[in-house]
Amino acid sequence: MIKVEHLFKSFGQKQAVNDVSFEVEKGEVLGFIGPNGSGKSTTMRILTGFIPPSSGRVSICGHDMLEDPIPGKRRIGYLPESAPSYGEMTVLSFLKFIAALRGLAGEDQRRAVRRAVELCSLESVIGQSIDTLSKGFRHRTCFAQALIHDPDVLVLDEPTDGLDPNQKHEMRTLIRRMGETKAIIFSTHILEEVDEACSRTIIIDRGRIVATGTPEELRARSERAGAVALVLGGVSASDVVSRLAGLPSVLKTEILQDDSARAALRVFPQKGALPGAAQGALAGAIVELAVRENWKIESFRTEEGRLDEVFRAITMSDTAQAMAVGGATEAESAPAAQVVEERQ
Amino acid sequence: MKELNNWSVIRIITGRELSAYFDSPVAYVFLVIFLLLAGVFTFTLGGFFERGEASLGSFFGFIPWLFLFLVPAIGMRLWSEERRLGTIELLLTMPVTISQAILGKYLASWLFIAIALALTFPVILTVNWLGNPDNGVIAAGYVGSLLLGGAYLALACMTSAITRNQVISFILALILCMALILVGFEPITNMMGRWASPAVVEVVAGFSVLTHFDGFQKGVLDSRDLVYFLSLIGFALFTTGVIVRNRRAG
Repeated sequence: MIKVEHLFKSFGQKQAVNDVSFEVEKGEVLGFIGPNGSGKSTTMRILTGFIPPSSGRVSICGHDMLEDPIPGKRRIGYLPESAPSYGEMTVLSFLKFIAALRGLAGEDQRRAVRRAVELCSLESVIGQSIDTLSKGFRHRTCFAQALIHDPDVLVLDEPTDGLDPNQKHEMRTLIRRMGETKAIIFSTHILEEVDEACSRTIIIDRGRIVATGTPEELRARSERAGAVALVLGGVSASDVVSRLAGLPSVLKTEILQDDSARAALRVFPQKGALPGAAQGALAGAIVELAVRENWKIESFRTEEGRLDEVFRAITMSDTAQAMAVGGATEAESAPAAQVVEERQ
Repeated sequence: MKELNNWSVIRIITGRELSAYFDSPVAYVFLVIFLLLAGVFTFTLGGFFERGEASLGSFFGFIPWLFLFLVPAIGMRLWSEERRLGTIELLLTMPVTISQAILGKYLASWLFIAIALALTFPVILTVNWLGNPDNGVIAAGYVGSLLLGGAYLALACMTSAITRNQVISFILALILCMALILVGFEPITNMMGRWASPAVVEVVAGFSVLTHFDGFQKGVLDSRDLVYFLSLIGFALFTTGVIVRNRRAG
């Protein structure tokens, strides 16, 4: 329903969007992630017809947005980045105005406004002028505006910006639910949103698409994906490391904690094999070795990989190398806190 | 959901813009200032009573100068406000063309000027009560005032598309409108007459709103004056379209 082909956009010398192509079908929620200034908003502004691209094509539900934008615009609901609205209007009159521009009149209009107000929980502020509302309400008013005509395509630029944690969660749930019947594209720089709401993700950096896939696929690209974190009691870490190095499925082992009582380690699998297969092989081999050596396993867990690590590695390609190595030492110093499986 | 025709879209935008004027106290402040100044100019400076004639000459004579400051103040927010608030992004991603948006907004502020002019009706009543004026001349004066206001307003609309800053927009519009007055203002044309040939002076003065407003004031509806104002409006709105189209995101 959304089809973007070889989109380029430059502002003077700056290449804001550089050969971006993607498609979003009905029933899909595409997460658009990238650092600030990476071209997310520019891409969205182009595909909603606000600004023209330098070159490339955009079509919405089969309508070319450059040659004849009006039919395409009818099918889109758009929440711009700053969630703008006419501050002196009341929520109700603002939504009525948008509904009228969308061609809704009379009973249809009343029904559409009521539905949007309910979806965005705006009942309590409907008669207030938008200027007097809190940021969260203002944001939801603009979101209601995007939903008012029940569009086939939703383009949401940072829909959770300015919301509190509960509202963020509600918003993501709403996006996921609406994604079942619409084509949705939303941008964010909050990675957990990708997990919670998206069926597919594009990572964009400096105007280029640098990675694409489901959140699981992206996570699998993490160095840590499939790694085994384990805590062993009563053994010396260096001893364990040298024994693990003998296993063919082990790439390297990292010591997280080492004292007389216990050793916490993270074992990285050899890449190359299918992630799932390598994972099983690694876990099995470690357990086998532990039984043979009579180690006391206090905690044992297979890691899924971390999106933020993938994101950082991809979007900071200059320093990607350093990150891939150094990134592993920080965080998660207490593996026991996230124990999934325990054995004696 | 039905597809709206051209005029329904324009009507919806005009309706919102017009109510935006009256939602803010600025509109009422403006109306009060306009009516007060119009009264002061007409009755005191214009010598309404001293003239000893039943006409609104003293009223219409000041209109170009009064509008010079007040009309840019009405028009300055048209596009700069949209830019400042970011609502331009909302408006232009609706199923609305740029021409519809420009016309809709322009008509709203023109209507506002029409309302302001309509509220000066007490002077008509006064002059009719005091004597027997030629109401045809008065009607022509009002038509001229409306066209003059429309021309200033189109220029203000154009300058407001350039910037998100309303003050800059106001000053630019003021300068443009001022220039259009001064090229036909008698002291200036006399000065020009000292070093330029009368033909040149006449051509230059032909660009002035004063020259073309003059006919209306005398009760003469000349098609050339009509064409002048309408083409000025058309040109300024067309330029607004070019500016908005090219500087959407700015």
